[in-house]
Amino acid sequence: MARLNSNSLAIAQEIIGRYPVPRSALIPLLHLAQEQDGYVAEDAMAHIAELVEVTPAEVMGTCSFYEMLKREPVGDYMVNICNGISCHLLGASALIHHAEDTLGVKPGGTTDDGKITLEAVECIAACTEAPCLQVNYRYRNQVTTEDFDQLVADLRADAAGVAPHGQLAKVRQHVSEDRWAGVSPPHGQGEPAWMARNPSDNGDGS
Amino acid sequence: MSDRETVVNITVNGQPVEAQPGEWVIAAAERAGVYIPHFCYHPRMSSVGMCRMCIVDIDAGRGPALQPSCMVEVSEGMVVDTTSEQTRKAQDGVLEFLLLNHPLDCPVCDKGGECPLQDQTMAYGPGESRFIEEKRHFEKPIPVNSLVYLDRERCILCDRCTRFADEVAGDPLITFQDRGDQTQVNTFPDLPFSSYFSGNTVQICPVGALTAVPYRFKARPWDLTEVESTYPNPMGDRVVVQASRDQVLRYQGVDSDAVNWGWLTDKDRFSFEATASELRLGSPLIRGTPLGRPDPGGSELVETSWRQALTLAADAIRGAVEDKGPQSVAVLGGARLTNEDQYAWARLVKGVIGTDNVDAQLDDGLPADVVLGLPRATINRSCTPGGTVILMAPDPKEEQGTLYLRLRHAVVNDGVQLIELTPRATGLSHLAAHRLHHRPAEAAAVAAALVGGDIDAGPDGEIGGVPGDALAAAAAALADRADKPITVIVGRPSLAETDGPTVDAVAELARFAKLLAAGGRPGIAFLPALHRGNVLGALDMGLAPGLLPGRVSLDDGGSALAQLWGAVPAAPGADARGILKAAANGHIDVLVLLGADPLGDFPDQDLANAALEAVGTIIASDLFLNPSSARAHIVFPAAGFGERQGTHTNMEGRVTRERQIVTSPGTARADWAIATELARMLGADFGFGSPEDVWEEITRVAPSHRDVSQEAIDAAADGAVVADSSIAFSPPEGPTSVPHVDAYSLRLVSTRRMYDRGTLFQHVPSLAKLAPNAVLALNPYDFDRVGVDSGTEVQVISNVGELDMPVVADPGVPRGTAAFGYNHPDLDVRALIDNDSVVTDLRIQT
Repeated sequence: MARLNSNSLAIAQEIIGRYPVPRSALIPLLHLAQEQDGYVAEDAMAHIAELVEVTPAEVMGTCSFYEMLKREPVGDYMVNICNGISCHLLGASALIHHAEDTLGVKPGGTTDDGKITLEAVECIAACTEAPCLQVNYRYRNQVTTEDFDQLVADLRADAAGVAPHGQLAKVRQHVSEDRWAGVSPPHGQGEPAWMARNPSDNGDGS
Repeated sequence: MSDRETVVNITVNGQPVEAQPGEWVIAAAERAGVYIPHFCYHPRMSSVGMCRMCIVDIDAGRGPALQPSCMVEVSEGMVVDTTSEQTRKAQDGVLEFLLLNHPLDCPVCDKGGECPLQDQTMAYGPGESRFIEEKRHFEKPIPVNSLVYLDRERCILCDRCTRFADEVAGDPLITFQDRGDQTQVNTFPDLPFSSYFSGNTVQICPVGALTAVPYRFKARPWDLTEVESTYPNPMGDRVVVQASRDQVLRYQGVDSDAVNWGWLTDKDRFSFEATASELRLGSPLIRGTPLGRPDPGGSELVETSWRQALTLAADAIRGAVEDKGPQSVAVLGGARLTNEDQYAWARLVKGVIGTDNVDAQLDDGLPADVVLGLPRATINRSCTPGGTVILMAPDPKEEQGTLYLRLRHAVVNDGVQLIELTPRATGLSHLAAHRLHHRPAEAAAVAAALVGGDIDAGPDGEIGGVPGDALAAAAAALADRADKPITVIVGRPSLAETDGPTVDAVAELARFAKLLAAGGRPGIAFLPALHRGNVLGALDMGLAPGLLPGRVSLDDGGSALAQLWGAVPAAPGADARGILKAAANGHIDVLVLLGADPLGDFPDQDLANAALEAVGTIIASDLFLNPSSARAHIVFPAAGFGERQGTHTNMEGRVTRERQIVTSPGTARADWAIATELARMLGADFGFGSPEDVWEEITRVAPSHRDVSQEAIDAAADGAVVADSSIAFSPPEGPTSVPHVDAYSLRLVSTRRMYDRGTLFQHVPSLAKLAPNAVLALNPYDFDRVGVDSGTEVQVISNVGELDMPVVADPGVPRGTAAFGYNHPDLDVRALIDNDSVVTDLRIQT
């Protein structure tokens, strides 16, 4: 749980290669670190700082700005129950109480087995489906207490079809090396390499 | 200003104002005398519009609207109203918001009394807060480094300190963290804000969030008295010295357009702790017995009266002159004194005693003709937008902190192209357009190729260790910008080599300078980056062999000066090395040390030791007992910075005032007074009653200073620049021959670090512990060759000595080179430096 491992590092290098300036890769690399450990460890931030040529303090500044980048370990599954107004009117409070009783933790807490972190969140923009929740940011709609119990059972058995916290997508984007941006000259000294690339492009993005 | 193209006409509170294109409204208003309250705006940093305090009614043609005046550029016909009802209500509201979370602990806050938030709340804010909820809480002050404490509860998130760290210092080690009402300034955990410039954040903090440890709870602002002065470093940084009850408590930078822009290094900012130290000398000392009785052969230094100390000194000097002639008296140092002190000593030594064995530099600088005989640049010239700077000097970040900040700004913001011609990477390397890191002592070949237009890289494709194509690219870039000023910052890039290779390289560039000048271009000028406070003043005042006050040589100016002084030395004398060699051979009877510590500073420690051993009488004038003055026979306590009145000369030749605010400890005197008194005892009456008298004589005697009257210095805010010189640079006859390095050795580069074992620095308790320990830095690729891992303790062997130290990897050190700090407190590299050779080669054993 620390710096990026060799597998992540290889991916990191590819991600950095997509940008003309390394520091542009900062947020994608924070996601990568979160995917590796389930959260962004301090050592990972320091490692990312080395890779994108900024100071660890700058990485911390960026990382701490975003709620979805966790700086403390969380469970494999983040269960975010919406407590917005629509969900609230349709029983979200009861659902949260039920979740607290079932899981034995308050919102913000993680179950002892390290599987589930419970959070109560503000509106997640699915009011037609209230009360709703997210498991690692994937929606579950019109959730009853029975649905919730089933969900918890599935999650404990890793049978809910949800990837562990931190993994953004099942398919990783891959950009072939000949499409990388290349390294741009220092600030103010000419245009980045990718601007001059592919003279055959007609420039309209096609 | 009357040119239509360069003027934007705006109206501020009904008054017509001529603004400059691109100027912020807040700046234009301030120039016109209308103050707009603000917290985050700082004229030396980019605008961010964080605090919203500067919102005023701005009408740019679409009706008045509240806009932040630090984010809006002036435009033709713009109407600004800073007094409208709408503005007043807005300022009132912003202040109420800013005060929501700000604790009202002003009575125990260091900033109270000089706090912009306090002042502006009084002037523009609401009388009462409607906020009754709990304010946010943070742990009370946390150290962001060992010098600066941060109280996050007081912070109003103006972004000044974090912007300074990022934009000005280039050490973004403090940032905003978290967000919303939980936003705080902080470092990365366990990674302190280790910057040489951290003290500036305290000065620019608009509230009491950042406080400096050496000043915390020491005084209230209304108890302080202050004078504007010049910090005695080679940059001549403008400062305000603040004192209370006859004790200096704080230095603050002054925004001088030509020099330091208000910034100071931590080393200088907190050095008042040394001048205020209990260990300062307060009484003359002579040799005596452990019981305090005077005894010429005594083992101890005992206190005595000025009369006795001066009499003994005068007797020793008179005896030496009668015995062996004036050449048996020699003077080292004086580079830390004011111009007046230096002149008085120069007149005493050269005019009264009659010896020319005088050197203010300890063989760690450049010959006087290089400094005084070449066209001199100013700092502003070297920062001209679009110009070129060739760095052929030690790392400015380590040695000339505020020059580093100016250069950094010029490169980052003004498109100055930096060509680095150094034996190793510096703090500016990552900004340099071209890095020509050559093999130690081979700068001349690289410089010749850079300006010669003919790059013959030879079979191995390199010149002096620099790849031919890199050199060609740099040469092309230099030629490309030849219509803009080119400035060479010249100093000693390594103390492990003689000055020969640097002078050779200067000669190459000077030849090119002549060619450029003939073409009617701005051409090349040189900015000397030498070590020690007023070293440039020392050269101007003639504290160097063969030199007289006023940038004139003994040969040219001797006869004219003899009429004013009565006498001048018969023949040019020896430099520091020559003096110490003569002393070691028994030719020097009296050695005067003016704030100099040859044992601690001179590159050849054995020679310095032998010299001090052999000299009959050592006379020292100093603030502290250093290793050398502790061996003196007579010690005069001298007045330090803040205790003396006078003038200072910076690297540009700029003369500015140094002012007194406190009295010196005990009976310590200014050096000009010591020299004058000693001269009187030797039968010469200088007639000096004050430093002003001395300066008056300087303007009469020194040819280059004729026009620099007291009035001229005071006329401009930034002092007066001395430009004339009758010294000519004499290029060396042949190039210094540098031996080839063999395949088993590494060539040594030794440079100074900012935090060091210097006497003054070690007497600053807040800083002394920050001096790093010694390590040998190698290029990562050389570890295979040497066969060790980074961090291993190794034995480093040279022709003359050996030392044990750890090796570390440093990609900034070129392959085949080894780098070692010159002035670490724990290990002294001088044990390895081979003074009989141009360079020193090392071998490493595990």
